Formats: sequence, structure tokens, C-alpha cells
Amino acid sequence: MKNKLIVSVSPHLHKDESINKIMWMVVLSLLPVGIAGVIIFGRSALWVIGLGIVSALISEGILQILTKRKVTLFDGSAFLTGLLLAYNLPPQVPFWLPIVGSFFAIAIGKQIFGGLGQNIFNPALAGRVFLMASWPKYMTTFTRPLNYDAITSATPLAILKEGRILENISYWDLFLGKRGGCIGEVCILALLLGAALLFLKGYISWHIPLTYIFSVGTLTYVFGPKGLFTGDWLFHILSGGLILGAFFMATDYVTSPLTRKGQLIFGLGCGLLTAVIRLWGGYPEGVSYAILMMNAATPIIDRYTKNRIYGTK
Amino acid sequence: MKKFVKEFLRGIIKENPTFVLVLGLCPTLAVSVSLTNGIGMGIAATFVLLGSNVIISLIRNFVPERIRIPCYIVVIATFVTITELVMKAYSPALNRALGIYVPLIVVNCIVLGRAEAYASKATVVNSFMDGLGMGIGFTLALLLISAIREFLGAGKLLGQVVIKGFAPAFVLGMPSGALLVIGLLLGFFNLLNKRKA
Repeated sequence: MKNKLIVSVSPHLHKDESINKIMWMVVLSLLPVGIAGVIIFGRSALWVIGLGIVSALISEGILQILTKRKVTLFDGSAFLTGLLLAYNLPPQVPFWLPIVGSFFAIAIGKQIFGGLGQNIFNPALAGRVFLMASWPKYMTTFTRPLNYDAITSATPLAILKEGRILENISYWDLFLGKRGGCIGEVCILALLLGAALLFLKGYISWHIPLTYIFSVGTLTYVFGPKGLFTGDWLFHILSGGLILGAFFMATDYVTSPLTRKGQLIFGLGCGLLTAVIRLWGGYPEGVSYAILMMNAATPIIDRYTKNRIYGTK
Repeated sequence: MKKFVKEFLRGIIKENPTFVLVLGLCPTLAVSVSLTNGIGMGIAATFVLLGSNVIISLIRNFVPERIRIPCYIVVIATFVTITELVMKAYSPALNRALGIYVPLIVVNCIVLGRAEAYASKATVVNSFMDGLGMGIGFTLALLLISAIREFLGAGKLLGQVVIKGFAPAFVLGMPSGALLVIGLLLGFFNLLNKRKA
């Protein structure tokens, strides 16, 4: 690496922010989500989160020593990857699942490409998709909320996909998280609290999350079950991992476009893919696949949305 | 004698068809789901390589330059047909498992690649050693990939359960798993080569 050039969009202003600070701030903003998850699903959720984080840190340390890179355990990135991966798991999975997932996320999702800043795909989502494709049985067994005796229940989206009718689940339940689902995706209230913090600090802009959520809402409204313009858009926005994905994973600095215009395209693409998978695809939920596919498209989006150089046509 | 050994060993390590030349990836990706498939495909390809290398080396002085490729293909296709018929007669189960990939050995890049790059310019004995080395190199690579995929993707080896209670990662049995395993192994062997150099 003789020419170590950093590619970013102008203006190149210096800021007091550092990777460490931003990463730990994102972790902080995700704290209410974790607390909500533990309250909703009980102590097993805490175990999953803990195992995810610890094994992500251990994997990162070992791989950085093995590849003779600088060991950067405390920059918060591995911690965040483990945390996000755990938030993407059902609350009662076998203990080895978060460990394998975190290892895959760090090793294949990140370190193989050269570490933080080099990865193409969001590591936490890569880990989740690997687990989903490998052990679908454990990844789709959800427990009923506020019931610590591990009674299984399907997620609202899975029920919808099977064509069954949703019973006694109100928007308010969805908003507070009283539903089956992954640890970090159920409590919309806590997610919005965390997202608000990131907005106030200026760490994420509205471009990706809002276009993402807006396009999912529009598409699910237009292509409703009983013909055009009959869809339950609010249900689609509040269920599944859309809010978690839109605010915390689609906005990952490394794997999303740099320009504002590119971010709008990215958000729209994510929304389109998510809606297509939810409405016509084989899986009930498509947020993680949508974001990963758009991650793959990020370099080309960046190339075609480069800002005009000042003073040229 | 030493020279023949060199010809033979070259295909196994220094110019391994899968990990160094990166040829013939289509059957490697497709059939490496189980060890049995890997062994079957490896033996079939080795036989075709051996036969075609020897025959092409024998006829190399009579074949006109302009139509050499069709001639090679006819020779290769003959051996592939023999292989397919033998496999159908004596091991129909394996033939079913490998499916279309047995006739597709005709277009396997390793076979035509060795014919064009080596056998058409070398003596019969050298071509024989080269074909054998390349075939064994290809088989070993297939064995490695299919063993990893069968063990991690199905929890078995040669169809037998190895560890009880081991929950296999289905993804490794799927095409994406094949790409993942081959990619990682390629990277690993490149790393080893780099370290040595």
C-alpha cells in the first residue's frame, strides 16, 4: 500500500469525530433496543447478545493477530457487529449460533476483505444471512413475547405469508414490540429513540432511512392483497426488521454510497427489493437480503453519482 | 526417470488444475456436494485426461494445424462416451448423482487445455505422465473441496454420519457454499505460495 489514498466526497473538512467515537455512540444508541429486547423476551435474549458481542471481539482479536494487523479491539466496530448480529437473531437460539454467526461476520464479512473500511457487505447482515441459509430451523423459531416459558410463535409477517389472518395484534402492539421476532427488531419505540440520537448527533442523514421506509410503505400500499391501493402500509413498516435495518444497517458508512444522490438511490433500491421479497418472494421478510444486494451495488452507485467538480459543466 | 516424476508431480502441486490454473471450475462447483461424487468425477476426468493426452500426443504429427481443435474434441468426446457408458453400466447410482456433468467433461477446460498446451507438443510418455499428474491433482482438489462441503454441509463423510448431534450448515451444500469454499481455499493456497516465495 504505497499510495494510501482515501476516497471520499468533497468537501474534505476535518472534524473532531473519530471511528471510535462514532462506533461507541451507535452502540449507545442501540442500548434501549437491547433493554427492550431483554424485557420482552427474557434472560435468554441477554445471553444471545452477550455471546454475540464476546465472540465477535474474540474473532476480531485472533484474526488481527493471525494476519499481523494492528489489533483494534476497542474501536467499537467488532463490538457493534456482534451486537447488531445478536439483534438479528431470535431470542432462544442454541448457544453456538451467535458464536458461529459472529465469527462468520467478522472473518468472512470483514477481515477477509482487509478489515474495517474494506468490506463490501455489512458484516452483521452477512453473518445473519449465513446463519439463515445454514440453520433455517433455529433462525425461524420465534418465541412469544412477554412469555418466558418459550412458547413458540410465528412473526406477524410469517403469519401473513402463510395466508392466515392476524389476530388481536394492534399497531400499538407492533410499535411497542409485543410480537414474535428477532431480539432487536421488535420494539420500534426503542429503535426510534436510538435513531433520534444518531440524527441529533448528525451521524446518519435522513436520505437512506426515509427513502427506504417510504418506498416500502408506498409499494405495500399500492400492491395490497385485495387489489391496488388497499395494502396495510403501516403494518408493513412496523413489522419485520425494517426500522432496525433502515436506521442502523443500511446507513453503515462503509457499505452505503457516499453521495446524497447515491444514498437516495440506495434507499429506494432497498425499499423496492424488500417490498418485492415480502409481497411476492418465498421468504416472509427481505430486509437483510435487500440491504446486502444494495451493498453489492454501492460501488457502481458511487461511480455514477459523483458530485460535479466545482467550476466544471 | 527423474524427468517423468517431474512431469507427474507438476500437475499435483505447482500447476494444480483447480487451485493454480483455476480450470474446470464448472464440474468442481457442481458435483463437490459429497465425497462420493468427488471421487467419481475425479476418476472419470483422470481417465479422460490420460486417454486423450496419449492419443493426441500420438497423432500430433498428422493433424493439420487448422483443424486441430475439432480433432482433439473428437478424441476427447470418444473417451467421455466410454466413461459415461461404463459408469452407466457399473455404477448407475453415481451416474445419476453426477448427471449432466459426466458428458460435460468434453468441455472441461483442463482436458482441452492439456491437449492444446501440452500433449500436442510432447512425447507420448511425457503426455501420459502429465495427464496422470493433472488428473490426480484435479481429483485431490475435488476430494478436499467435497470433503469439506459434505462434512460441514451435511455432517457426513462418504454418506456416513461422523459426529452425532452435529448440526450441519446447509449453506455449504448449496451452490453459494461451493463458491465460498473454493474461494477461501484458493485464497489460502495463494497465501501459502506467497509465503514460500
